[in-house]
Amino acid sequence: MIFGFPLLSLSIWLPIIFGLLVLATGNDRNAPLARVVAMIGAILGFLVTIPLYLDFDKMTSAMQFVELSEWIPHFNVHYHLGVDGISVLFVILNSFFTPLVVIAGWKIIEKRVAQYLAGFLIMSGLVNGVFASLDAVLFYVFWEAMLIPMFIIIGVWGGPNRVYAAIKFFLYTFFGSVLMLIALLYLYVQSGGSFSILEYHRMPIPMTAQILIFVAFFMAFAVKVPMFPVHTWLPDAHVEAPTGGSVILAAIMLKVGAYGFIRFSMPIVPDASHYLAGWMIALSLIAVVYIGLVALTQTDMKKLVAYSSISHMGFVTLGFFIFNAYGMEGALVQMISHGFVSGALFLCIGVLYDRMHTRNIADYGGVASKMPMFSAFFVLFAMGNVGLPGTSGFVGEFMVIMGTVNVNFWYAFALASILIFGAAYTLWMVKRVVFGAVANPHVEALTDITFREKLLLGILALTVLGMGLYPLPFTEIMHTSVNDLLVHVARSKL
Amino acid sequence: MSTMENLYLLVPLAPLVGAIIAGLFGNIVGRTFSHCITILLVAVSFVASVFIYQDVMAGNTFNGTVYQWLNLGDTRLEVGFLIDHLTVLMMLVVTFVSLMVHIYTIGYMADDAGYQRFFSYISLFTFSMLMLVMSNNFLQLFFGWEAVGLVSYLLIGFWYTRPTAIYANLKAFLVNRVGDFGFLLGIGLILMVFGTLDYAEVFANVSKYASDVAPIPGVSWNVITAICILLFIGAMGKSAQFPLHVWLPDSMEGPTPISALIHAATMVTAGIFMVARMSPLFELSDTALSFVMVTGAITALFMGFLGIIQNDIKRVVAYSTLSQLGYMTVALGASAYSVAIFHLMTHAFFKALLFLAAGSVIIAMHHVQDIRHMGGLRKYMPITWITFLIGSLALIGTPFLSGFYSKDSIIEAVALSHLPGSGFAYFAVLAGVFVTAFYSFRLYFLVFHGKEHFGQAHHDSHGATNDSHDDHHHGLAPGQKPHETPWVVWLPLVLLAIPSMIIGYLVIEPMLFGNYFSDSIFVDHELHPSMAEMKHEFHGPLAMTLHGLTSLPFWLALAGVAMAWVFYLKTPNIPEMIRQKFSWIYTLFDNKYYFDSFNDWFFASGARKVSGMLWKFGDIKLIDGLVVNGSARMVGFFSSVLRHIQTGYIYHYAFAMIIGVFLLLTIHTWFE
Repeated sequence: MIFGFPLLSLSIWLPIIFGLLVLATGNDRNAPLARVVAMIGAILGFLVTIPLYLDFDKMTSAMQFVELSEWIPHFNVHYHLGVDGISVLFVILNSFFTPLVVIAGWKIIEKRVAQYLAGFLIMSGLVNGVFASLDAVLFYVFWEAMLIPMFIIIGVWGGPNRVYAAIKFFLYTFFGSVLMLIALLYLYVQSGGSFSILEYHRMPIPMTAQILIFVAFFMAFAVKVPMFPVHTWLPDAHVEAPTGGSVILAAIMLKVGAYGFIRFSMPIVPDASHYLAGWMIALSLIAVVYIGLVALTQTDMKKLVAYSSISHMGFVTLGFFIFNAYGMEGALVQMISHGFVSGALFLCIGVLYDRMHTRNIADYGGVASKMPMFSAFFVLFAMGNVGLPGTSGFVGEFMVIMGTVNVNFWYAFALASILIFGAAYTLWMVKRVVFGAVANPHVEALTDITFREKLLLGILALTVLGMGLYPLPFTEIMHTSVNDLLVHVARSKL
Repeated sequence: MSTMENLYLLVPLAPLVGAIIAGLFGNIVGRTFSHCITILLVAVSFVASVFIYQDVMAGNTFNGTVYQWLNLGDTRLEVGFLIDHLTVLMMLVVTFVSLMVHIYTIGYMADDAGYQRFFSYISLFTFSMLMLVMSNNFLQLFFGWEAVGLVSYLLIGFWYTRPTAIYANLKAFLVNRVGDFGFLLGIGLILMVFGTLDYAEVFANVSKYASDVAPIPGVSWNVITAICILLFIGAMGKSAQFPLHVWLPDSMEGPTPISALIHAATMVTAGIFMVARMSPLFELSDTALSFVMVTGAITALFMGFLGIIQNDIKRVVAYSTLSQLGYMTVALGASAYSVAIFHLMTHAFFKALLFLAAGSVIIAMHHVQDIRHMGGLRKYMPITWITFLIGSLALIGTPFLSGFYSKDSIIEAVALSHLPGSGFAYFAVLAGVFVTAFYSFRLYFLVFHGKEHFGQAHHDSHGATNDSHDDHHHGLAPGQKPHETPWVVWLPLVLLAIPSMIIGYLVIEPMLFGNYFSDSIFVDHELHPSMAEMKHEFHGPLAMTLHGLTSLPFWLALAGVAMAWVFYLKTPNIPEMIRQKFSWIYTLFDNKYYFDSFNDWFFASGARKVSGMLWKFGDIKLIDGLVVNGSARMVGFFSSVLRHIQTGYIYHYAFAMIIGVFLLLTIHTWFE
């Protein structure tokens, strides 16, 4: 705590309170006010997370900035918050993206402005809650609540097929969540009435129960990541979501699922995690190779980037389940980097969509002639997606591949195919959209990015390059926590 | 940090600063300032390299860290420099050729709208290439490796509105990625086996693992062999070795200055440099060396053949580059690493010269590249003519010119090698001498001698760049005469012609047979005695030259030149006759052995088909159709059945409840 402020609570409740304030501005006549309030809330929400990094003690894996008070004493439920070297990064990442989506929706959203912006602010607070919760009930509440704003954002401001996509998104994720709830209730009973996640980490669990719990958690988390074969909601959700929704979905929501694996599955049921690691590795490799191939023939830019996301998240789940430091840290780095890169790519697609009202690759061609500055950004982020050294995309991929060689050369062989497939689908899209002669009068009429868009893409370009050239600050902070997690997971709990 | 360390940093950073200024602020600072600042900074880089060279010659080498990039477990991944004789040689070559190309660009790109962007790219390239050669670890090597690939991608597609250019750059990137795929896995194996990516630490421990089996399930290879072959796959991509050579000819879509800088003198030699740098590894694996040698031999000979039938001036030179890269690779395979680097250096000068001279011709011809529309140019552009002739003579290995010493040494080294495949390699490099001389002088005669074919109204039929979209294609108007290009264009030609002539004679003794590379290249003279035997037979450059006049390669080259003279100047109808008689060979060559067609069919469209199938059947039909929407339909079905029971009549519900209670009671009593 800095100056006695409960930072984690602030990072959760500040955006939510500002979200409610924004809602209070009412209808679209007050849209300018709503935008300003939302911007202030988003920036404040980010600022309060900065001390989390600066004052973080890198030497310990214990939870920091802990807040603990009773919530529902009858069921022993606590308001228990805290972050370690892993979750702190995601609280910051999430808060970092909130101002960006507010800027992204600044001029573009003209209907129900207050509600749109409030949705993102509230969601930002809820997601921080997910990352900071150390109480299972608190976690579950945030976890489920987080779905609601996203469901509304897709369902109200989305594309023509938004209702199908929103319901598919909701059902898919809700289905998994229910199983997780059952697992949590079982743990509550077994632990003698505790909802403390840290307590779950310590308590012994028999193998059969471990496997069942693992499967239940898997259903919840794999859907969110998403892992093959429960990934098909993501392309639909992305295609229908407004730009801001896609950005948050890709940059933040997917990370929640992966985070679940390392906060719940692996430490709570380590033996089952080892026992089922082969399946996880297989599904991850399928995600990388199969989805990488599927991305190649996508004709919709958002679908293409969505499939690319699934493929890249395969690195994350693989990195976790090879149980070594390279893989684990690489996976975490990949999660952050993927947030930057895919978020930026969705923003780029949004920039084009706002002008042309199509995401069809075939409707483009020769954008570079008309939007040179945009094209430079687009190529940069595409290179990030390709995993070129010097961009953030390389760091995580490199670490996971290095970690995987240690486990089995052939896994790494399959994994490294992303070098080719990733370049093929990304750069083929770039070729058809950005390069070439001006394809049609609509492209001819394009204008280059505005100051607002430059600001957005510029900030993300700096993060992508900065993380690529100097990733040490990102890994330094997670180092101790990852090592302790690996030690913990290596110990049997039977 | 000492002064020298600051100087080391200055070498790569100066061009980077230039690239940033020209790239981000090019429109603000203007064209003149952009080229002035980038040229100045590359010149600074070159001068600094000269100082470092003198320092290294005085015995001061360096191996140290600039900053730590990442912690990987207990392994520290760093950005650092290794400055030794090999590095400093590469630094000199890269900065010198880059400086020449920067100057030349003022003339070549004068009318181009993307002027500042071009300077930014070539400066960025210079930075990347310097980071590559100055690296002291595999990670940074890979950084530079990919960064030069990126700039190559951007520069091949520099004229991004041309369909051929953006096809070529995508192809170049993807083919290179295939190589990088192997390269990265090789690095992964190194990290796994040695626990470090630092060159010095790896080389120090290499003998410990020399006889281990590779940790690859199902494969019983020696670990060093596996590592070397994987690394060499990376080199095959970057240095365009068979069968990953397919991107280089197409890369000629880029502006000529970068063909000289990237696709002849520097980037494509990165693979050669890398293998030479890894000599302590490669020396331990005869299998890998054999593989390297045979790959190089195939490239040297078969790519040379293709140069014979090309009509685009740049493509002839491009195939010649492929063939010469093959020569360097053969030398590597024969454990003659220093010879490969020697040829890399001489080739950098004369091939950059040839490309830039070709560019000068292209300017004079108003962007016509078909050599059948040239001829007799020597009258109009004497400087270009003389320098081009010098370049060609150096290329074919004329005694006293630089190419002679490097190429003859390669042939000699292969002849003395005992590795499997060395017999074929020897034949390939010998035959290659004839082929090289033939296509080089075919080009030379068609361009600079014979009848003037330019200035005619012609409807293009040349090469791949013959489309009307190409706004750079003008051609000379009928009756218009070409004239010599401005000084910014010919000055670099002259400056490159000088080392092309003399550098071989001057440096062969210290470089190949002295101690120049003693700190950076390792050869196991017991197992691979070629170099030692050559040293034994070497009695000074003059003796070598005189001996060369009586040796087979010289006469082969002479025969090649003579045949070109007969075919293309004396009796120009012979080639057409041969072409008709052996039309199948011509078709085979014209289709480049069908590699491009095969790749397009098998890899490009094959991958797209597989992709489409997986998507339609896997995602849409199976997962979404059957499982997701299927379960939704199932729920719908059950609810529609159940809906019939919901009649709304109280007595129906009451009846159901009574039946239910009855059933429950029955079950209860049954199990009591």
